[in-house]
Amino acid sequence: MHDMTAPQGGHALNRKELAADERREKRQILGLSLPAAAIILVLLVIPVGWLFALSFVSNGEIGLANYTRMIEYSAYLSIFSTTILISLFVTLLCIVLGYPVAYLLGQMPPRLATIGLAFVIIPFWTSILVRTYAWLVILQRQGIVNDALIGIGLIDEPLRLAHNLTGTVIGMTHVMLPFLVLPLYATVRNIDGDLMRAANNMGASPARAFRDVFLPLSMPGLIAGSLLVFILCLGFYVTPQILGGGRVIMVSMKIQQNVQTYFDWGAGSALGVVLLLIVFAIFYLVHRLAGLDRIFAR
Amino acid sequence: MACSITIRDVRKTYGQFVALDSVALDIAPGEFLTLLGPSGSGKTTLLMILAGFIRPEAGSITVDSDEILRKPPHLRNIGMVFQNYALFPHMSVGENVGYPLKLRKVGAAERYERAREALKLVQLDHLMDRRINQLSGGQRQRVALARAIVFEPQILLMDEPLSALDKKLREQMQIELKHLHDRLGMTTVYVTHDQREALTMSDRVAVMNHGHILQVAPPREIYERPCDRFVADFVGESNFLPVEMRGDAATFGGAPLQLAEGQSAGSGNKALLVRPEKLDILGATPAPEHNPIDGTVEELVYQGETMLIYVTLTSGETIALRRGTRQQALSEMPRVGEPIRLGLHRDDTVLIDEAAHA
Repeated sequence: MHDMTAPQGGHALNRKELAADERREKRQILGLSLPAAAIILVLLVIPVGWLFALSFVSNGEIGLANYTRMIEYSAYLSIFSTTILISLFVTLLCIVLGYPVAYLLGQMPPRLATIGLAFVIIPFWTSILVRTYAWLVILQRQGIVNDALIGIGLIDEPLRLAHNLTGTVIGMTHVMLPFLVLPLYATVRNIDGDLMRAANNMGASPARAFRDVFLPLSMPGLIAGSLLVFILCLGFYVTPQILGGGRVIMVSMKIQQNVQTYFDWGAGSALGVVLLLIVFAIFYLVHRLAGLDRIFAR
Repeated sequence: MACSITIRDVRKTYGQFVALDSVALDIAPGEFLTLLGPSGSGKTTLLMILAGFIRPEAGSITVDSDEILRKPPHLRNIGMVFQNYALFPHMSVGENVGYPLKLRKVGAAERYERAREALKLVQLDHLMDRRINQLSGGQRQRVALARAIVFEPQILLMDEPLSALDKKLREQMQIELKHLHDRLGMTTVYVTHDQREALTMSDRVAVMNHGHILQVAPPREIYERPCDRFVADFVGESNFLPVEMRGDAATFGGAPLQLAEGQSAGSGNKALLVRPEKLDILGATPAPEHNPIDGTVEELVYQGETMLIYVTLTSGETIALRRGTRQQALSEMPRVGEPIRLGLHRDDTVLIDEAAHA
């Protein structure tokens, strides 16, 4: 009844041609993502696979020697626990320092927020090496901080701020902070201000409204940012190497030592594989607890 | 249970922009009052000041003689429905509605029962366990309403709550909201820019423009006896015809006008307000109580339930009138280019002060 003028068999009109157009468009889109896929294959999948294979080779023999060594020597356990504890602590510091920043940026009018965001991002434009040495200048025995504190008479002896755990944590937190702030800001920005007003209106004090409404809604960004910071910390090399002064040994340094000092690629690879497994385990855990699809779909 | 609201000299500016200019308004206990105006008229600002989200520079708002201006929003005990509903996406329907009760330390069992009852009022008690993103726009609207009334506030504020709904649902919800107000009886302040919505629902309508309240009156008075040209123009469709005043007598285009009672007073420039649906088409038969207006049919626009007819008057103005579209009316419809004599019944004449023209 709809269209009496349509010719017989009108449903087949142009059917093949339209379907072909559809297929061509899909091929084009697929073609565009091909270079990226190729780069990932060449630069990531193949090397990681190669290292994975190497980790089962020790002194020219195939076996689990590289892995059993990690269990036999307690030094390895302490390196792993140091790495994980430092990473956890840095993540926690980033949350404590970064949440208020992201919250503030989220409340600002968009133009001001963009400027504020620039201040968060600008350190990204400087090399990590430069930033780390800058911290050394600030934190060392005769550094700016110690000179200032002694100058105003607050302390007599310089504080030991560099070449130890303190320096490592300060430097790492500084480098990692944007990785927490950016995803958190993206989430916080999209929380409708009316939701907090609605909670206020129903009788929630500002603190209560934050706890019941804002915090739960910011969770996806907070978890994504924390995960990013924690995982980057696990493999962090430059900053702990320079600011730790050899007193803080993380997995990445052990890998470097194995490869560069002992030319033992197998041992280094095995450490890398274990680190990767830890990352997978954490992802799995977070996925079970919070649902990764929910976090990254935002 | 319902309380009165007294607003005095409330003023709010944003830099040079005067959002509210010494507004005063009395709202009776249990009244349904609508703030009607174009965007930027200050209606939402006034509502936000009532809720406590905007702090005015000066003024006083008392609820049953209690000053509330310096109370933070969470201590005001005023229910509010937000324009975008502001439902918590991380809570179920039942948790959303139960949240105000949770804040008032109501136990879980009673909370559930009262949330269910509030949802029953809006016919959604079967959806208590749904997530918010599983609801349609109309359902969200109802949940927001249930959440605003579940703690039995004495005052309910609504900020264009129906503007996101399609026309049919909006009109159905207007009636439902009205009935709900009749049942619960809380003092209600409703903000809208939709004049039809305001006329449909309110006990009284306050028409606002440029931070002023121009007229506060029942819907019928707002429509039939607008106080100035802005109100006449904003509410409903209107034609304005220039009128010459000589003492108590008025003439239009040289011919004397018969006026309704109470319309004869005054001097200065006046305009005759002519609503499109109040005009008759006069045949050859004389109609002594009608003011005749002559012109030529300019254009016919078929709009379904009515036909819009544009007529260019001999005096030069173009005015619109509406006719129903029953077959008989359609067959008698004038044609474009034909001369036509329109009639405005003497009781339908309304004179508007041109001086107050904003």
